[in-house]
Amino acid sequence: MSITLTDNAADRVKSFLAKRGKGVGVRLGVRTTGCSGMAYVIEFADELEEGDTVFEDKGVKVIVNPKSLVYLDGTELDFAREGLNEGFRFNNPNEKDRCGCGESFSV
Amino acid sequence: MALLQISEPGMSTDPHEHRLAAGIDLGTTNSLVATVRSGVAETLPDGKGRHILPSVVHYGPDGVLVGHDAKRRAALDPLNTIASVKRLMGRGIDDLKTLDGHVPYDFVPGEGGVPRIRTARGEVTPMEVSAEILRALRARAEESLGGELSGAVITVPAYFDDAQRQATKDAAALAGINVFRLLNEPTAAAIAYGLDKGQEGVIAVYDLGGGTFDISILRLSKGVFQVLATGGDSALGGDDFDRAIAEWIMQEAGIAGDTDHGRMRQLMMDACAAKEALTDSDETELRIRMAGDQVWNGCMTCEQMNCLIDPLINKTLASCRRALRDAGVTADEVLEVIMVGGSTRVPRVRERVGAFFGREPHVDIDPDRVVAIGAALQADVLAGNKPDEEMLLLDVIPLSLGIETMGGLVEHIIPRNTTIPVSRAQEFTTFKDGQTAMALHVVQGERDLVDHNRSLARFTLRDIPPMVAGAARIRVTFQVDADGLLNVTAVEQTSGAQAGVEVKPSYGLSDSEIEHMLRDSMSHAHEDMEARRLREQQVEADRVIEALDAALAADGDALLAADEREAIGRARDDLVAVRGDPDPEAIRKAIRAVEKASEGFVARRMDASIRKAMAGHKVEEFQ
Repeated sequence: MSITLTDNAADRVKSFLAKRGKGVGVRLGVRTTGCSGMAYVIEFADELEEGDTVFEDKGVKVIVNPKSLVYLDGTELDFAREGLNEGFRFNNPNEKDRCGCGESFSV
Repeated sequence: MALLQISEPGMSTDPHEHRLAAGIDLGTTNSLVATVRSGVAETLPDGKGRHILPSVVHYGPDGVLVGHDAKRRAALDPLNTIASVKRLMGRGIDDLKTLDGHVPYDFVPGEGGVPRIRTARGEVTPMEVSAEILRALRARAEESLGGELSGAVITVPAYFDDAQRQATKDAAALAGINVFRLLNEPTAAAIAYGLDKGQEGVIAVYDLGGGTFDISILRLSKGVFQVLATGGDSALGGDDFDRAIAEWIMQEAGIAGDTDHGRMRQLMMDACAAKEALTDSDETELRIRMAGDQVWNGCMTCEQMNCLIDPLINKTLASCRRALRDAGVTADEVLEVIMVGGSTRVPRVRERVGAFFGREPHVDIDPDRVVAIGAALQADVLAGNKPDEEMLLLDVIPLSLGIETMGGLVEHIIPRNTTIPVSRAQEFTTFKDGQTAMALHVVQGERDLVDHNRSLARFTLRDIPPMVAGAARIRVTFQVDADGLLNVTAVEQTSGAQAGVEVKPSYGLSDSEIEHMLRDSMSHAHEDMEARRLREQQVEADRVIEALDAALAADGDALLAADEREAIGRARDDLVAVRGDPDPEAIRKAIRAVEKASEGFVARRMDASIRKAMAGHKVEEFQ
């Protein structure tokens, strides 16, 4: 089981957490919604919940709940820039199919 | 694939339902757009990394340019390059005379007194020019966020009046932007510094932008901002510094005062460059292009510039003094001073303001960006991206304030969400002949019937001179000061008779009560409308009966035959009978019937009174 971050993503998460001034890490997850089944969730984490798995990579704590973990195992979180737009991207090997917009996926 | 931002815990949105929000600082000289991404508020740059968008629009033969590209045309094509349009927002053509020398455009009067500017692409209104700027900012925000904006917070100077605020909203509508709310610029600045989470006390926001100066005195207590007082000058800013410097250059270089638009623009830009150069050096070289390709070389020192701008800074400090007095605080009581606006980069301004308030002003956040950043933070809250947000700004009226009128109906005088301080007046009149007193009932709420609203106060205006119904002119003024204190005064215009009352409308109302009252007004909207229709018809019926009875008593015997009088009487009795019915349509029909039956009587009364008035006079006297 592993979840990793690119250097760029790790820097960004650290800087956002620092500016926010609180939070133990970043919580990644999936939700059953969207046009192609699942959608990615990325949130600040203020506390751990029961059953959470905590991965630590490049100094950043990544927190995932057990339900999401089966879908996210092996994922690499990246921070990318496309023109003026910038944000986080999930490179998820479990992903089989994506909707056209890329906001939801199926496994 | 879509790029994601980090949400607050539990606040993730569904795909395609991102609550994208932006804060827009629509400035006189420069505009900015900011947004909150992954919890951080920042202004958004364009493709070339420039955050500031000059508030300049160029209307050329082959298209409309906005921003830097437009600004470059200013000197070459001044009449088609519109800058500082914010000064014209909500102004009528008459107001422009006071700004005349400052806005070098071809104006043509338009519909409803809105000035139109003649350009190579046709006539445009100030709203349309602003909309071009807003459209460019919206496009930048949507490109940066990767989706459509759900809405924006746009900032305005604290003392923009209603017309100016409305014009700003109209411009946003033209640009296709949903305005969450307009936010006062100083309040936005205080939010940007996070003072809502900081120490309690009095905060002064000194905002010297390109074209406007605002001083706002806020009080922070328990995380809540109260606007104690605002003041300023809507026609004073860095542009005026530039003008003072340009005039000095003209004097030094011997340039005539009646120089053309293009050259004047160039001079203003030279002056601005000199001012900026003097921010971090003691003197600067001037190279001014003169007529016939000659160049005038000169030099300006910091001290020389300070002498030129000191009178302007003095003006701002006089406003500060007034605002402090209005707020009832002394300079010593001010805990924090925030500097906003590009002109506060001028070291002399910081020095004088620091000395005035006796403390070092806050300058950590870029003074050009601080307002946009505060607006973005507020937009993020309003878009629903923050959990249990407690930031409450006490600068709007939470519920409408109004007065009871005949029939137990409410006439709203100040609608809810109006920013305070505010003053609104409306004229009312008497209902009965010879009425000498009027009871005024002040109510708060959104419902149409008095009974469903909250009663705030009652008072009586006496000594109204006896007049026929509808002739008295009673001006009722609602004034809400920065503390939310409501003052209601009623003045009879001809006699000057006066009465008033003071109330604190928000006293004792919790947020949930306010919310409850608002929800009620929505769920009962239809019912309220029906009730209003009925009451209005009943009031009209009473008025008709009252007037008819008075007329019959006066002239009924002299002007009516017995059968005519009987017909009118029947219609009147029918109306009296249906008046109590809950059917507004039946009452309306009965009123029509009375009017129809008494048509002849009314005409004869009119003739009789004219005859009476003209008796003994020559026709010539009436010409």
